[in-house]
Amino acid sequence: MLVGATSHSPTGSRGFMERGFLLLVVLMFLEGTVFPLGAASSPDINNYTFPKKAFPVLSLDYGHIQMPFEISLWVLLASLMKLGFHLIPRLSGIVPESCLLIVVGLLVGGLIKLAGEEVPPVLDSKLFFLCLLPPIILDAGYFLPIRPFMENIGTILMFAVIGTLWNAFFVGGLLFAVCQIEGTHLSQVELLPCLLFGSIISAVDPVAVLAVFEEIHINELLHILVFGESLLNDAVTVVLYHLFEEYSGAGEVTLMDAFLGVICFLIVSLGGVAVGAIYGILAAFTSRFTSHTRVIEPLFVFVYSYMAYLSAEMFHLSGIMALIACGAVTRPYVEANISHKSHTTIKYFLKMWSSVSETLIFIFLGVATVAGPHAWNWTFVSVTVILCLVSRVIGVVGLTFIINKFRIVKLTTKDQFIVAYGGLRGAIAFSLGYLLDKDHFPMRTMFLTAIITEIFFTVFVQGMTIKPLVDLLAVKKKQEAKRSINEEIHTQFLDHLLTGIEDICGHYGHHHWKDKLNRFNKKYIKKCLIAGERYKEPQLIAFYHKMEFKQAIELVESGGGVKMPAAMPLQVSMQNIQPKKQPPMAADRALPQFTKNREEEIRKILRSNLQKTRQRLRSYNRHTLVADPYEDGWSEYMLKKQRMIELEKKVSNYLTVPAAPSDSPTMRRARLASDPNAFYTIKAPPGNVPTIQVELASPQSPDSVNLVDEFSKKGGSSQKNTDDRKEEQGRMMKPPSAGKGGKGEEEEEEEEGENKNPGLLRCLSDPGPSNEDEEDEPFLP
Amino acid sequence: FEQIGILHKRFKQLSHNEDKLRRDDFNTIPDLACNPIRNQIIEAFFDKRNFHQNGEGTVQEIGFEEFLVVMSHFRPPALNMTEEQRENIRREKLRFLFNMHDTDNDGTITLEEYRHVVEELLSRSGALGKETAKGIADAAMLEVASISMGHMEPDEFYEGITFEHFLKILKDIEIETRMNIRFLNLDTTTLCK
Repeated sequence: MLVGATSHSPTGSRGFMERGFLLLVVLMFLEGTVFPLGAASSPDINNYTFPKKAFPVLSLDYGHIQMPFEISLWVLLASLMKLGFHLIPRLSGIVPESCLLIVVGLLVGGLIKLAGEEVPPVLDSKLFFLCLLPPIILDAGYFLPIRPFMENIGTILMFAVIGTLWNAFFVGGLLFAVCQIEGTHLSQVELLPCLLFGSIISAVDPVAVLAVFEEIHINELLHILVFGESLLNDAVTVVLYHLFEEYSGAGEVTLMDAFLGVICFLIVSLGGVAVGAIYGILAAFTSRFTSHTRVIEPLFVFVYSYMAYLSAEMFHLSGIMALIACGAVTRPYVEANISHKSHTTIKYFLKMWSSVSETLIFIFLGVATVAGPHAWNWTFVSVTVILCLVSRVIGVVGLTFIINKFRIVKLTTKDQFIVAYGGLRGAIAFSLGYLLDKDHFPMRTMFLTAIITEIFFTVFVQGMTIKPLVDLLAVKKKQEAKRSINEEIHTQFLDHLLTGIEDICGHYGHHHWKDKLNRFNKKYIKKCLIAGERYKEPQLIAFYHKMEFKQAIELVESGGGVKMPAAMPLQVSMQNIQPKKQPPMAADRALPQFTKNREEEIRKILRSNLQKTRQRLRSYNRHTLVADPYEDGWSEYMLKKQRMIELEKKVSNYLTVPAAPSDSPTMRRARLASDPNAFYTIKAPPGNVPTIQVELASPQSPDSVNLVDEFSKKGGSSQKNTDDRKEEQGRMMKPPSAGKGGKGEEEEEEEEGENKNPGLLRCLSDPGPSNEDEEDEPFLP
Repeated sequence: FEQIGILHKRFKQLSHNEDKLRRDDFNTIPDLACNPIRNQIIEAFFDKRNFHQNGEGTVQEIGFEEFLVVMSHFRPPALNMTEEQRENIRREKLRFLFNMHDTDNDGTITLEEYRHVVEELLSRSGALGKETAKGIADAAMLEVASISMGHMEPDEFYEGITFEHFLKILKDIEIETRMNIRFLNLDTTTLCK
């Protein structure tokens, strides 16, 4: 025990690692003391007096905590390793993380063996399939980009199903043929075990693919192709595995069995998806009611998904597909229901778990390599490796040839190469091999050796070289560009356009069905599964909210007082975007550029949704609580000064006084009554404090209100820190009113006549005041 | 060229065996009714600018050739095209889209027109429509302006999105691969009342 613990310490070459482990040993000691002390404090009421020994002040009780301790130790090792790799800059660029982790595993395994201990069967299949694999798959499924996935679903299915079948039979068959050749001492390997071996080894592994592809940032299409294939081929693998395993004993597979196998495949895959979808819908439905218990929201997502996996595994359906289906179904509905914080929690928990799992898997792979009984057979192993490569290439090329006939966007040779080269094998293959029964399969160790070699080959050789190859072949990389709102608008527009054209042609194509599904979704499903009024929100608006929210947060985080973050290169403010008939207004504005920036910044800090400023007018004008003194049309200078003072007062007031809920009833009412997208600028009249709350009125829970309150506070406080805050605010005040102020004198009458709220209208820099007039008339008291 | 044959059949069906297609004929397609941008789509068919003849304005009825020309905008690019050809196809398709937005044919998409577009898109969403649409359109406009013009003096104007700017902002969505319809297996019996 102690030996085991200390043997870990020389593993890393890092000082802190050793220190870390030393610390652990010390901790262990301490833990060891607690328990005996505890035992002593709650004495057994026994009839006999036990012999009096010296009171154990310090004792060691490792057996008590052995299991959790070792698990924690492994997890800690994995995480520290991950940390360590990123501290060496050059290494992580050349060698993919998975390789390094396997090496670490090898070292650890080697050390354990040297120490004479028995290597724990860490890659025990049960542990692997029940604990290590689900987080990774759930992470993948939850964040699966649905759109490209669905667009390419045909291709992905072809690769997954037919490709895997082809690989399995090709490899298995040829291996058998090779085994029959004299001189290889392999003639006892029969056909069925070979086919079984073929099916195990031909499955592309999602873990390995994820690990490697994550680092090469390849374009979305290829990524989704390979990744989708690795996820969906699980069904095929499960069926083939069970089929061959069952009948290897019997020695014969009849046509009937093959037919049953096909049926089984359909059941396995569709059943898995159905199970996942059911649990997903349940999760979405549950999340509809969680508005009062926000804290456990993430738990629902995790537990339902895990149960989907377990249920599928219970029936020997495809657990991976169930998980993917559950995650993909849950996501759109749950995200609309849960609070922002829960969303972040889910995201980070999933990433954390999947990351740790992945690391552990690779380390264990290394350990198992050292530990496992090996039966090296040159012929078998080398033939396996070569055959896998060959069959993959042939499979991909052949399938692409067929697929390209049906695709609009054809797959080029480069794409095919990457798809073929990216077919990495991983730990799933090893675990499946490990599961094989020793009695039925005497050549199990040989299989395991071959599997491990194949895994090593693909991960090391292919994993390391794929990055330079991608660069060499100039394969299109992932575009890092943010989704701009224009793109979103036009994507939606295109969708509708194409659907319309299809309707005109009378062609019930792709878009037609997608549109139908969307409408069905909107009409029925969303009503059930999404709480409150959110379901009416079309995608564009939701996207828009998100974007603005993000921008506001980014802005605040960047300190507010500094120059605008690159995310919002808004050198142009709304004043610039005006129809031609407004020249007089702009001509009078001689404003330095940065004040406009400042104005923009501050505007964005305080609001969560970009909206026309008349929104704000409407919202706060409606409720009488904030009697707007400015409606009486004061002169601009009074306006300016007053606002400066008020603002400062209000903002500082606001900072010290937490968002007063007492103000809110009217505000809330107003919020619900008014358009949820309210927009504020800091040039708001003295009703700043309560109206800030109203502005944050988006159809989200009070949580988000508080959230953005914090941001406003942060924004406010960060502003406070700038030296010339007052001055800047004053200056900031200027543009809106100076815009007015500049021409204020001349236009005063005009404006007063025009509408009752000149100052605010002007400073809100709207294009086209004529529009505003029409809209604001009903709302101005 | 069976595609043309199929389209011809469809044309005949839509126009009730006449030679010219009118706007009302489009109203007979039931599925089109739920489409939020149906008006613009129908308009696009009658817009002279899409006929590749450098005309302007709209017509009241179109013949089969014009129908074909409009449909040809949706042809997928062939597998081995040069970069230049792709670029041309992209321009063509984007031009089609641009014409759909630019309803007054002045060569730029102004804020009003853009707002109209967004409103139409969101017209199915009911209550949340108008103001949000304006906000979205404004933000989008801002974005285009920032990307195309970079830094602007406060007294400059950005009147509208010209075709060049339009190209620039949308070049990332790879229009030539997405704006395509497969004409091969049209079931022309579906359809009209």
